[in-house]
Amino acid sequence: MSTTASTGRTSTALTSPAPGAGPAPATPTTPTDAAAQATLGVETTARTMAEAASEPATGITGAQSLVRSLEAIGVDVVFGIPGGAILPLYDPLFDSAVRHVLVRHEQGAGHAATGYAQATGRVGVCIATSGPGATNLVTPLADAYMDSVPVVAITGQVNSSLIGTDGFQEADIRGITMPITKHSFLVTSADEIPQRIAEAFHLASTGRPGPVLVDVPKDVLQATTDFSWPPKIDLPGYKPTTRPHGKQVREAAALIAAARQPVLYVGGGVLKAHATDELAELAELTGAPVVTTLMARGAFPDSHPQNLGMPGMHGTVAAVTALQKADLLITLGARFDDRVTGQLSSFAPDAAVIHADIDPAEIGKNRRADVPIVGDAKATIAELVTAVRAEHQAGRTPQLTGWWEQLEDWRTRYPLGYDRPEDGMLSPQYVIERLGAIAGPDTIYTSGVGQHQMWAAQFIKYEKPGTWLNSGGLGTMGYSVPAAMGAKMGCPDTTVWAIDGDGCFQMTNQELATCAIEGIPIKVAVINNGNLGMVRQWQTLFYEGRYSNTHLATHGAKDPSARQVRIPDFVTLAEALGCVGLRCETEADVDAVIEKAMAINDRPVVIDFIVGSDAQVWPMVAAGASNDAIMAARGLRPNFGEGQV
Amino acid sequence: MPRHTLSVLVENKSGVLARVSALFSRRGFNIESLAVGPTENPDLSRMTIVAEAESAPLEQITKQLNKLIEVIKIVELDGEASVERELLLVKVRAPLADRTTVLQTAELFRARVVDVNTDTVTIEATGTPEKLRALLAVLAPLGIKEMAQSGTVALGRGPRSMSGSGSLRPVDQRTA
Repeated sequence: MSTTASTGRTSTALTSPAPGAGPAPATPTTPTDAAAQATLGVETTARTMAEAASEPATGITGAQSLVRSLEAIGVDVVFGIPGGAILPLYDPLFDSAVRHVLVRHEQGAGHAATGYAQATGRVGVCIATSGPGATNLVTPLADAYMDSVPVVAITGQVNSSLIGTDGFQEADIRGITMPITKHSFLVTSADEIPQRIAEAFHLASTGRPGPVLVDVPKDVLQATTDFSWPPKIDLPGYKPTTRPHGKQVREAAALIAAARQPVLYVGGGVLKAHATDELAELAELTGAPVVTTLMARGAFPDSHPQNLGMPGMHGTVAAVTALQKADLLITLGARFDDRVTGQLSSFAPDAAVIHADIDPAEIGKNRRADVPIVGDAKATIAELVTAVRAEHQAGRTPQLTGWWEQLEDWRTRYPLGYDRPEDGMLSPQYVIERLGAIAGPDTIYTSGVGQHQMWAAQFIKYEKPGTWLNSGGLGTMGYSVPAAMGAKMGCPDTTVWAIDGDGCFQMTNQELATCAIEGIPIKVAVINNGNLGMVRQWQTLFYEGRYSNTHLATHGAKDPSARQVRIPDFVTLAEALGCVGLRCETEADVDAVIEKAMAINDRPVVIDFIVGSDAQVWPMVAAGASNDAIMAARGLRPNFGEGQV
Repeated sequence: MPRHTLSVLVENKSGVLARVSALFSRRGFNIESLAVGPTENPDLSRMTIVAEAESAPLEQITKQLNKLIEVIKIVELDGEASVERELLLVKVRAPLADRTTVLQTAELFRARVVDVNTDTVTIEATGTPEKLRALLAVLAPLGIKEMAQSGTVALGRGPRSMSGSGSLRPVDQRTA
């Protein structure tokens, strides 16, 4: 598709709709000059959409004002589903240069907005109608809140006069989402719309990012108003601290220079702050080992010799043990989550803690900080680099040789690994490892939640920021397919693989229809072990193998005498959804099927990898146990040798 | 657990009270009393929150409160350096035989009688929570028919105010 010359704006359309996917959608994927002009109400020659939309307008509807606000901010894509209360908004949106992706379930819109935001660093936008449309956004909003993702949700609300009367499709979505949004607005007048939208984007994307909900009653969308841009942002109670305190930074640098066993404990905040270059500089300057949490995979290259991998419940032995034995944790944009610390009281017992975070409430929440630093990770790490360099120039250089000998010993003795399933079935870890090797470090990987997520975090080598998207905090099964759709919309030239489980895939795979029709050619690897694998693993380990309600029959029936039918058959399901469906059951076919999928770019592809049911995620620290009790593999407790460190 | 009085300036907008009270319940903190009212600035309201918490949880409470977009400022009021008052309305059984006792009690506590009828007297009293507890203890044997009590409202002593120059130091800067 082409560039719309008059607006100078490149179309976000990705590919032609899949052949056989039906007629072209009614919503034009490439806005025409006429449509653009009609929307903007002003001449558009040689100006961007945002510039054109910033012109003042009088006598327009609240809905037009809202669409113009989105255009003025520079929103290029929104994900949503229309309905009664939000209908007025969809009329001007029809003509707008903002591309609307019509999802099949509002949860998909929310996760797509999250995936878009995670992949691009820009604010993701989702739209839903009142009542059930809005409540379907609850899960993705909670998800974005837990993972600090900048998302703006716009919901229709019943008419102002109906609010509070249990009107048709009325739900108090602002009240419902209060605990799971950074902030939420109920717009009471059309005149407020530009300001509320601008404030929502400002709140979502600054400080600690997070989701913001803007609820707009239908009559407010229909009312007549004037539009001017930019509006005043009036948030007297919102002043995030972004510059770190110099004294704290110098104290931290002094601790770093004196530490003998430091660890850089890196969390998702480093990615949110786009601080990966600064992190690399600090890591190489200090020579300290780096551990990247589940939310920070890709923040520091896995190929870098200082990267020990992921800490936490399923982290590497080297990463978990380095934290346990450290004398200093240099914590950057991480929050001492229970999946990282294990039993909190025995976590890193001998370590002093430097805790740098944009959110003061994270500091001291779980673990006392010896040196708290409130600030944006990019500014903080840059200033740490300067301060540490000053320490070095003053002759205070740490000697980490002994520490590295120790770390190398753990790393070489307990590398990540896996056994082939005894029953001869395909190994899920092998599939994911090959996928990572073939698709490479430029691909964006999304995942659902469970065993496949952990294997994808472990066995794919992440080299670049924004290439690993997952639901870390909330643990939302069903995240991967819609998040991949959003990521692909944001990064159309990048290959996007959704690594999903057979359980997760059944929660949101309807968005593949969206992908097929809207021309969003994502690729999905279903790691199909026929079970809710992570739950099954716990049943194996902690419930004597009593597999209560974890069998999904996507491998066939549980009873061997019954007819072996896969329900659903993911290959035919994929085809029904307008995708290419492929299946792989043997190791010999893995590379070929991945390469075949890599070659298909005109429609989404789903590969159903039939893998063994008994594969387990290792290493593992049992829930609530001390990280000292990490098991490298089932029944294999690492030998750290008493008095080693 | 120690008792803490937080004075919280918030934007005068709908839903703020819900946000604050929901935050307390969601994070597992107990509110002993909460009073909301207007301030000298029509755009702002003041919430006076009394909560029981150890110092570490209190720091979490104030940091979490500070994250609410509509919260402008939080100050913990020290009992010694602040004035705390509650308002009590209490309807006491006061037949003629006991009426003098009731009226004398009210006078002793510098309380006012605001309603009288043949059976009861309604007394209005303001004071510290301790004073009101003492008044109630004296009235209880006479028979309390009904009572209503406000939450604590409080202001720091001295010339400083929470907004404006020379303002009180907010809690978040002390802890972070």
